[in-house]
Formats: sequence, structure tokens, C-alpha cells
Amino acid sequence: MNPGRTVAAVLAVVAALVLQLTVFSHVSWAGVVPNLVLLVVVATGLVRGAQPAMVLGFVAGVLLDLAPPADHVAGRWALALVVVGYVAGRVRQDVRPTAGSVVATVAASSFVGTSVFALTGIVLQDPALGVGEVLQVVAIGVFWDVLLTPFVLPLVMGTFRRLEPARATA
Amino acid sequence: MAVDLFERPTRQGSSPGQQPGRGSKQRERRWRVTARLEDRGRPSRSLVVALVLACLSLMTLDSAAGDSSPVEPVRRAVGEVLGPIEVGAAAVVRPFVAVPSWFRTHGDLRGEIGDLQAENARLRTEVNTADYDRNRLREYDGLTRAAEDLGYSLVPARVVGLGPAQSFSSTVTIDAGSQSGLRPDMTVLNNDGLVGRVVRVTRTTATVLLIVDADSVVGGRVGSSMELGSVEGRGQLGSTGRLDLELIDSSEVPNRDDAVVTWGSEGGAPYVAGVPIGRVTAVYSSLRETAQRAVVEPYVDFAALDLVGVVVPSGTASDRAVIEADGSVR
Repeated sequence: MNPGRTVAAVLAVVAALVLQLTVFSHVSWAGVVPNLVLLVVVATGLVRGAQPAMVLGFVAGVLLDLAPPADHVAGRWALALVVVGYVAGRVRQDVRPTAGSVVATVAASSFVGTSVFALTGIVLQDPALGVGEVLQVVAIGVFWDVLLTPFVLPLVMGTFRRLEPARATA
Repeated sequence: MAVDLFERPTRQGSSPGQQPGRGSKQRERRWRVTARLEDRGRPSRSLVVALVLACLSLMTLDSAAGDSSPVEPVRRAVGEVLGPIEVGAAAVVRPFVAVPSWFRTHGDLRGEIGDLQAENARLRTEVNTADYDRNRLREYDGLTRAAEDLGYSLVPARVVGLGPAQSFSSTVTIDAGSQSGLRPDMTVLNNDGLVGRVVRVTRTTATVLLIVDADSVVGGRVGSSMELGSVEGRGQLGSTGRLDLELIDSSEVPNRDDAVVTWGSEGGAPYVAGVPIGRVTAVYSSLRETAQRAVVEPYVDFAALDLVGVVVPSGTASDRAVIEADGSVR
């Protein structure tokens, strides 16, 4: 593992987490905020493939499970983001992703991520919730994430790409 | 190097036949690259299994052990590190949040004054006309006064982080922690009413479970009839967030606009008595359920939480000014 890339990825996740918890809570829609941490994991998947994305997804998910306002069973976001890393990393790697494919990947990842989180909640009976409320939150979440994609994904993917050649020669 | 190899075939494809001599070499190289890239895209099976098992064991550890969970110290440690960062970020953002309110027009403010005057008049009529209402208010006032007489003090704190609704739990971070005298199971309120209770503290921050959370249950009392019941959250934030009140005496029907206040627990933990929670907006009863279910609209606007107070025992040592029960600041 290249330490520079690892540090960059972890820094991106921490920055996304803090922004998501403090800044975007002011613009939340029915309490739903853009899931920036998920966007970083998706960017990793698109640039570097499934394996790094799944590891980063696990780390980011554990952070999301443990960072202060969180009060749910730990490991739920970790599992959701590992699945997101897998989904985003399995997008075709041999062509540079187009804008359309990036947006589609984000939408699919956001849907899968929030759904996996909700499903583990139903299995663990963490909060007892109705399907209608869950679907509403999932839908708003997908909307937010797609809306933020043009601002976040090019930045994060560009940063990861710039760090990529160092890895290829190493 | 890898990027070069992978872009060349595409360029070659757009102008075929220009360099026929190198075609086979190109194709050969492309094959190699594609194979490598496919390798890169597919995660090793052992890694997938390891990560999923790690997630599952983390969940099992945390859910089986409950409050004495081994994850709790880790959670606290992460909070100690991320808490100050959240406090700092919120302090940076706070001035910008106020920007939209600078652009309110004169007419806008005039309209608001009109609305407030109308509401004032309506409230005054309500208080003056019905004896019943007056009694109810007296009782309600008495309860809040009782809360003041309990001798509790308030530690002021600001909300610095809001848990996303994607996590399906309604929790916030506040910028006061054990240094300010906070402990778990303390009541959190603001000038409108009950906000929630402290579930976890770090040195500089605390996590507050809001009463609208689906896991939250508060002992409640209907101000007009003194009937007891439990107030449960629905897990919805924002202006549509409602609470459900279930009275112990199923024959008792609360009235519309009845005030619901906290019942209070022994020693004031987790909730002190007499804090206003909300007002009754509708009452439902079904043949299946033996109890009445009243819908309570909370007084607190949970989507716009900022300044809150944490109820601490009088005389608590704190790193900041404490508001005493008589209103003085220490």
C-alpha cells in the first residue's frame, strides 16, 4: 500500500464525514443529508477498482458508525459501504467512466448503500421503522447524492488519479 | 505507464489502418492491459469474506452486549478525536448559516409582525374566554414552576452535528462534555421544551438522543388531567415530526391542544419532571388496541436546533457559565 494514497483517502473520508455532520445538517431535507462519505468510496471504486474501495468502505463505515452523533449498532454502515465499494468497483474498468456512467454508479451505490443499512436495521430491530419511511429516506438520499456528484466526484477522482501514476511506477 | 497503454488502443481504433505494421503488437499489448485491469477490478474472495465477517462480528459485538458493549470505549475514543473537529467546523459554518436572514425585506418583517399580533390575540382570547383553559394553564404553570423549584441548573450548549436521517436515528452532537459537568442520562431542553437526553459523553462533546427518535420513550403527563402515559418518537425529523402519547388509563381521552409535560424519573435521570414536551393534536383509538393513542406535536423545532440547555444538579463544576435555577448566571 502506498502511504501517500492511503493518507489521502483517509483524509478525504474524515473531511467528508465532518462536512456531512456539521455543514450539510443546515441544508438537510427531512433530516436527510448528502452522503459525502459514500461519494468518496464510490470515487475510489471508479478510479482504483473494487478491492481498495471495499477496504476504504470498511474504514469509512466504521468511522461513520462510531463518530459522535451515531447511536446505532456499530458495523452497519461498515457493511453497507463495503457493498458500495464492491458495486462501484465492478463498473467497467477498461474505459474511463463518462459523466453518465458516474451519475448512474452514484445513484445505484446510494440506493444500495442506504438500503443495506436499512435492511440490517430491520434484521437487528435497531429502530422499528415502516417500509414507507425507509423508501422515502432512500429516495431523498439518492437525489442528494446525485445532486452533489458534479461537485464532489470530479474533485475526489482527480485527486486519486493524480496519485495513481506514483503507484504504477512503484 | 498503465494509463498510456490503456489509452493507445482507443486512439488506434479511431483511425484504423494507418499503422498496419504495428497492429498485432498493439493488440497484444492491449490484451495484457485488459487482463490486468480485470484483475484489478475483481476483489479477492478472501478479502470480501474477511470484510463482511468483520462487519458482522462488529454488529454482533455491539448489539449483543448492549450498554456494556466492548465497542463503547472505541466509540468514545473516536468521539474524543472527532468531537473537537466537529465543534471547530460548526463554529466556522455558524456565521454563514445566518446569511439568508440578512436578506429579509421590510415587508417580510411587517408580515411577520401581523402574524404574531394575530396569534397573540388568538392566544389571549383562548386564555380569557374559558375557565377550563385558565385552570389548565394554572396547572401547567405550576408544573413548570415545580421544575424550577427542584433546584436544577442548566449548562448551555450548542448543537454542532446532526446525525443524518440515512442512519434512521435522530441524534445530535452538542459542544459540551464531561469537562462541563455532563454525564449520560441528563435531560436536554431548550426555551421551547424538551429536546432529549444525553446518551454518551466525551471530554468536549456529548451525544443527545432526541425525543423524536424511534427508540425514545419519555414518561409524559397531560397537563389538564394529570393523566400519565408514555410518549414515543416516530423517527421523523422536521416540521412533520410527531410523537405518540399512550395513556395508562385507556378510558381517558386527552383534549385537543392539551399540553403534555414530562412525568419525571427518580433523581431526575434521564428526565426531570415538568418540562413541556408538546401539545395534543389528534386522538386515535382502535378496536385492536386497548389504549388511546394521541398524536403530540412537539414544541421544539428539531430541524432548527441550536442553543440547548442540559439540566445538571445545582452546584455542578463546569468549564463554562452555568444558569442557576433562579435565573442567575454563575
